[in-house]
Amino acid sequence: MDLTYTPQERAFRAEVRAWMEANVPAAPLPSFDASRAGFEAHRAWERTLNAGRWGMVTWPQAYGGRGLDLVRWLIFEEEYWRAGAPLRVNQNGIFLLGPTLMEFGTEAQKARFLPAMASGAEIWAQAWSEPQAGSDLAAVRAAARRDGADYVLSGHKIWSSRAVFADWAFGLFRSDPASERHRGLSLILFPLDAPGVRVQPIAQIDGETGFAEILLEDVRVPAFNRLGGDGEGWRICMATAGFERGLMLRSPARYQVAAARLVALYRANRETCGPETRAAVLQAVMDADAYALSIYATASRLDAGGAIGAEASTNKIFWSEMDIALHRTALSILGARAELVRDAPAAGADAGWLDGYFFSLAGPIYAGSNEIQKNIIAERMLGLPR
Amino acid sequence: MDFRFTEQQEMMAETVRALLADLCQPADLRRLMRAGAPRDTARWAAIVEMGLAGALVPEDSGGLGLAPVDFVLIAQACGHAALPEPLVENAGVALPLLAAVADDARAAPVLARALAGEITVALKHPANPFVADADTAGALLVLDDDRLHLVAPEAAAPLRQQSADPFRRLFSLGRPPAPDTALTAGRGLRAAADAAFERGALFAAAQLLGIAQRAVDLAVGYAGERTQFGRPIGANQAVKHLLSTAQVKIAFARPVVHAAAARLDPSDVVSRARVSHAKLAAADAADLACRTAVQVHGAMGYSWEVDVHFFLKRALALAGWWGDAHVHRARVAERVFGHPLGAEHTFADAAAMAGTGAAGSGRP
Repeated sequence: MDLTYTPQERAFRAEVRAWMEANVPAAPLPSFDASRAGFEAHRAWERTLNAGRWGMVTWPQAYGGRGLDLVRWLIFEEEYWRAGAPLRVNQNGIFLLGPTLMEFGTEAQKARFLPAMASGAEIWAQAWSEPQAGSDLAAVRAAARRDGADYVLSGHKIWSSRAVFADWAFGLFRSDPASERHRGLSLILFPLDAPGVRVQPIAQIDGETGFAEILLEDVRVPAFNRLGGDGEGWRICMATAGFERGLMLRSPARYQVAAARLVALYRANRETCGPETRAAVLQAVMDADAYALSIYATASRLDAGGAIGAEASTNKIFWSEMDIALHRTALSILGARAELVRDAPAAGADAGWLDGYFFSLAGPIYAGSNEIQKNIIAERMLGLPR
Repeated sequence: MDFRFTEQQEMMAETVRALLADLCQPADLRRLMRAGAPRDTARWAAIVEMGLAGALVPEDSGGLGLAPVDFVLIAQACGHAALPEPLVENAGVALPLLAAVADDARAAPVLARALAGEITVALKHPANPFVADADTAGALLVLDDDRLHLVAPEAAAPLRQQSADPFRRLFSLGRPPAPDTALTAGRGLRAAADAAFERGALFAAAQLLGIAQRAVDLAVGYAGERTQFGRPIGANQAVKHLLSTAQVKIAFARPVVHAAAARLDPSDVVSRARVSHAKLAAADAADLACRTAVQVHGAMGYSWEVDVHFFLKRALALAGWWGDAHVHRARVAERVFGHPLGAEHTFADAAAMAGTGAAGSGRP
């Protein structure tokens, strides 16, 4: 065990830091969920990142990456969050579909989709859930009917993040109409501007439209767009969900930076805080640190050839609960000012905590509800009966 | 950067785990309890045989010269087994302290006997109100007022203070050590005493981690066997979620304990805070895991017959041993409010952070 960075790792950090200092926009970009302009500003940032080959440092060079290990990815993320760089508008693509394509896609599919994903030319939404298939994802009904060299898609997808402005979606469809449950499903990629696709924004708890319904009516896509074999959709989706919960979606730096901001907020309001708030602030810093240490331990193991299993589920529970606790602490420090939204003249920068709090409430729900994750831990890690 | 134990570290811990799996099952604990003996002599002989007494004593003092990170998995295994005998306190805490003052002619022969496994050494540290295992110890180190005394246990008039944990042997000392028993320790004493505290807290955390996992393991075993409503109770989500929640706590205490072991430096505020974080997180995990195990066992969990209470009581004892939550939270606060924060400092030490020039800003 050696918990020090090598000279090469330190040099890499310095390189990332220098690039971020030179390139991160001075002013925060407008939200990618609130307007087309905000979305396009984030797309432009993805283009800038990609031009510097910083889009996904773990990807192979051929697809715009640097082929680096996960420890370097963590260092990159630390510098990314330290610099206050924009959120990744293409996270569904680069963190979820990208790794899935690399594992299950054909060479032709990788060549078609990965470079455009890396550059931000194509921004992705996830189209898995349906009104009657949430935690019970195997209940999907949306159909992919084979017709010659094409699939014809129809059905109703929902809770698709970024779908309002995104270009493409990857969806789970029933390609064998006679099948039930986990069998007969296929993962199919489709453009959101294809004839027959209608995207209906859904207003969120915070008033923004970060997710949407996708209504598909006889949407024709070539069979080339199927990722993996016909009927293999479930297995592939579970691998994607592992990436989602495991490491990529929530790198620890995000919470360490948030915890540092919480400490600053506490300092600025110390006189009006009690000892319970102080303890909660310390707990937030410790939890963010514990999450980082855990992810470093996992990264070391994966870099040495190990695999991630049900611990992806422990990660997801931990970061989502930590995020809520952290934001609740911030709101308790703000006291009666906590309810002010950004537009309130007296709000100032502190209103970001309320936005963050609302968003944190989604954490235990998306990427597989925490109740489902607890089932996975109980059954696959602890070996309790189904 | 490599957050993995070496094969050698894993193997050494595995040897201890295997030995304890053979000799320290709950049935063995109960036999010891019935006998009313202070320790299981056969088990202790087997532990001594492993030659771990000098694990953390420098090689030039006759020890193995290992580092805390080499011992942390062993301490975890001791917690997992609820080992009654003082392997952790003797080898992990007291003997390295004794070795640090072994220049004194009175200390050297005691250290030699302890390294040979003939005696154990008990330690009265200001962090703890009592001495553990003073009655079975061959020598007693008493730390007070910046002096370290080496006395015969009976000279200190030890008085048993019964613990809820039937295997903890706690004593208050009826007589202060005579002035002429103070060792000539020199300027290094403060550092050696501080280091003993760090090791004590770290290895208590490691034991708590082992206890927590054992509690979950016991409850998982029971939940898979106990049938109600025609199926194992562990098939119910209400039971699954209790145990998963405890397992998540363990999962995020473990890397903190291991990171603290990997860089133990009593002079560094970041290292001290990590040890304290480890102790807090492991104590929390053990508390939740043990209470969960009682609950999952139902009425059996509240009985003397089921073994869960051994672990619950050890967890309760160790939570306050080598610094309680209040002490350790204050040490975390010293780091959080006094030094720069941010992801780039996860593995930094205070000296490295001083170079960033942002001390006290609290902003990355």
